[in-house]
Amino acid sequence: MAMEMRLPVPRKPVSESLGRETKKHLVVPGDTITTDTGFMRGHGTYMGEEKLIASVAGPVERVNKLICVKALKTRYNGEVGDIVVGRITEVQQKRWKVETNSRLDSVLLLSSMNLPGGELLGQGVLVQVPPSLVKRQKTHFHDLPCGASVILGNNGFIWIYPTPEHKEEDAGGFIANLEPVSLADREVISRLRNCIVSLVTQRMLLYDTSILYCYEASLPHQIKDILKPEVMEEIVMETRQRLLEQEG
Amino acid sequence: MAGLELLSDQGYRVDGRRAGELRKIQARMGVFAQADGSAYIEQGNTKALAVVYGPHEIRGSRARALPDRALVNCQYSSATFSTGERKRRTHGDRKSCEMGLQLRQTFEAAILTQLHPRSQIDIYVQVLQADGGTYAACVNAATLAVLDAGIPMRDFVCACSAGFVDGTALADLSHVEEAAGGPQLALALLPASGQIALLEMDARLHEDHLEQVLEAAARAARDVHTLLDRVVRQHVKEASILLGD
Repeated sequence: MAMEMRLPVPRKPVSESLGRETKKHLVVPGDTITTDTGFMRGHGTYMGEEKLIASVAGPVERVNKLICVKALKTRYNGEVGDIVVGRITEVQQKRWKVETNSRLDSVLLLSSMNLPGGELLGQGVLVQVPPSLVKRQKTHFHDLPCGASVILGNNGFIWIYPTPEHKEEDAGGFIANLEPVSLADREVISRLRNCIVSLVTQRMLLYDTSILYCYEASLPHQIKDILKPEVMEEIVMETRQRLLEQEG
Repeated sequence: MAGLELLSDQGYRVDGRRAGELRKIQARMGVFAQADGSAYIEQGNTKALAVVYGPHEIRGSRARALPDRALVNCQYSSATFSTGERKRRTHGDRKSCEMGLQLRQTFEAAILTQLHPRSQIDIYVQVLQADGGTYAACVNAATLAVLDAGIPMRDFVCACSAGFVDGTALADLSHVEEAAGGPQLALALLPASGQIALLEMDARLHEDHLEQVLEAAARAARDVHTLLDRVVRQHVKEASILLGD
């Protein structure tokens, strides 16, 4: 088995030209955001002797009279209507405790298992990413044309699974589909997983288009090469280009 | 130690610094992808690594959960190769426990724990190389790691050590200066408000000199704050450029 080892290299500083031209107001904890008491304080701020002080490091967001500071990396905070993917950690009498990358474990009641909403997932791959990198969209269930499907949970848990051939009516309950997944499907799923990991290391927003472009950009490389730093940079750069072209 | 001059007549210390001068500080945030927050700091030859997990559900006994605040759990560990002589330390030994307790007190004062009731925040600090000022390096590394994890804090917590030799207060002591046996003080400060998070000294110092030493430590802690502030701003700027929205 071949193994690759590398020496550490100094990190290249991120070039300014990569981003848009907007200059954001960045604060760190202890910074005074404003001394104007007319504003309402949102997340990431607190009131201290007549002035509004930041409590996390990040850009200041202002929506009319509400000021908040968005931290770069936080645990997931649930909102109504969000789709989340969780991992069962504990089974209690009438409910299950689910880990969803938030500050407390979530609860899933057994009675809600058959309602549209709580759905147990069969074979697939789970990828954990920071929640702030998952873009909010109208739908989070995507069937990608490359042959696999992906569920982008708002909490940063992403589930990649082979597209089911036909949509079957679940006759209540969960029947694990234990048929072995074909090699072609498996390769697609691993490639997707590596693409998502490389997008995350380059801190790009994750949504169906970005994942798809990254997948297409990675096709000339072998699946295991995608995780090499220079290949990763190359395909993410290409993805960025295509996304910029598509918008502008 | 006979013949070792901690402060020369011209005002230079053993390593060539002035009395109030800090050692070179280099820091990096986000060194571990798996943890919620992580940071690495070098203060001269003292190197410390901090990793933060949380806030998350309380592991182990649910009874320890506080109904209105988060539980802060700090663990300190020192690598076997961190000192001049290789020394294997067991996990629960006295020094580690005491350091852990001091770190916990420091961060409970700074983290806004009311925002996360019934959860737990874990801070793990490891000293990779100890050349004096280990408590200060641990606090500074842990501050950066907590910021990296996005946990809300009142302010930075910046720490520095200080000593007293020949009527002059020295800031940021190295191992040689600590081993010489003079009084040493460790101070953790919240710079914006000037509030003290932790002040620790276990030596004999005349109370007339206390203010001078405290002042030197506070000034050094503020200098540390300037440096850490720059590191955090650079990190946030890079991250928001990459995110591009």
